[in-house]
Amino acid sequence: MGAVWDAFQANDGWGQTWTHVKLSVTALVMATAVGLVLGVLCAKVGRVAAFLVVTVSNLGRTVPTFAIIALILALTSLGFWPAVFGLFLLGIPPILLNSYTGVREVDPGIVEASRGMGFRPLQVLGRVELPIAMPLVFAGIRTSAVQIVATAALAGLVGAGGLGVIVSSGLSNNQDDVILAGAIPITILAALAELVFGGAERLATPRGLRITRRPVIE
Amino acid sequence: MAVAELVKWSWVENNLDDIQQASIEHLQLVGAAMGIAIAVSIPIAILVRRRRIPFIAVNTVSGALYTIPSLAMFAFLLSWFGIGFEPAVIALAVYCLQLIIRNTVVGLRGVSGPVQEAARGMGLTRRQRLFKVELPLALPAIFAGIRLAVVSTVGIATIAVYIGAGGLGVLIVNDGIQRGLFVTPIVVGAVIATVMALVFDFLLVLLERALTPWQRARAGTA
Repeated sequence: MGAVWDAFQANDGWGQTWTHVKLSVTALVMATAVGLVLGVLCAKVGRVAAFLVVTVSNLGRTVPTFAIIALILALTSLGFWPAVFGLFLLGIPPILLNSYTGVREVDPGIVEASRGMGFRPLQVLGRVELPIAMPLVFAGIRTSAVQIVATAALAGLVGAGGLGVIVSSGLSNNQDDVILAGAIPITILAALAELVFGGAERLATPRGLRITRRPVIE
Repeated sequence: MAVAELVKWSWVENNLDDIQQASIEHLQLVGAAMGIAIAVSIPIAILVRRRRIPFIAVNTVSGALYTIPSLAMFAFLLSWFGIGFEPAVIALAVYCLQLIIRNTVVGLRGVSGPVQEAARGMGLTRRQRLFKVELPLALPAIFAGIRLAVVSTVGIATIAVYIGAGGLGVLIVNDGIQRGLFVTPIVVGAVIATVMALVFDFLLVLLERALTPWQRARAGTA
């Protein structure tokens, strides 16, 4: 383990970790904004548009992410923003599809009731539909976050910066310690993303919808 | 068309043999990984289907493995087993475990009580009930898991080139990325992989239909 730690420090491990985090967080924030808005729009607006967007998102999943990210970097440059752009595109589908399904599957009776209470359409969306859809939206963000961290490693492999760069240099020089010095932090980042957003998913569930094991009266 | 500018057809024509070779290797990787994953996952799912804690344990472990980024997974197997076809297949198979196990368990648990009761009433043994009633009825769920797994495996297998296992990654990495990000082989690799994923998915749909004739019969009468 000592050798791996040395290799981590010798290859600017902290710097590359920071780049990796910056790449991933920027892409995730953008993907969340776009995915959520598009997903809600699709659930509210015409069926044809919704069908198109959902089909494209599903088709997008059959193209290997590695090829997409390599292609985007090849067609632009090996910089920070091209990598963010690729990760952003790949991060949209899980969030979009989950937001769409989440809003779509809100019980029509509940929507009807809130309308009866005098809510305007935007209020119905903001106070009723979105809160109920939140757990699913966050599940999408979690999937997307883990995937973005993993794909950022591939972007690094191509040469765009981040922890993949360390793996890449280890691979080309046949140094196992260097390979692991990149691979272990990548795994830790993915696990962190999973834990953080898994927790957020639970917190995002409106209190009234949480299934509690404790007695209702505390 | 933008595609015409992106793809230098002369490269494709001059490298048809390599393209064919990479495609065959890719098929072998995906086929071997899926075979192993199915052979391991379904028995595990059968074992844990009625037990809460073992199912949670299996689901947690396979879920944690699923979270490991593909590049890191290949890197770990590379440092433990060295380069080659087998470590790549193991890495790919590991990713499929959760999808197939979870779907199989959900499918098996979804077999309704009255159906189980009827099977028991007909005098079927436990084993007969499993193979003649529960597993066939769980097939749609099992196939859903396998279809998700095969599509993602075709994609992840493009990284197997880094562990010396060949496949379409050879085009993307050796011919594309390492030659100053030459676009043509990357596009060729991506297109073949995408078509391969779609064809696998389609074949699985056909196989599922062939194996579950009662579903069509039901749809026909409804």
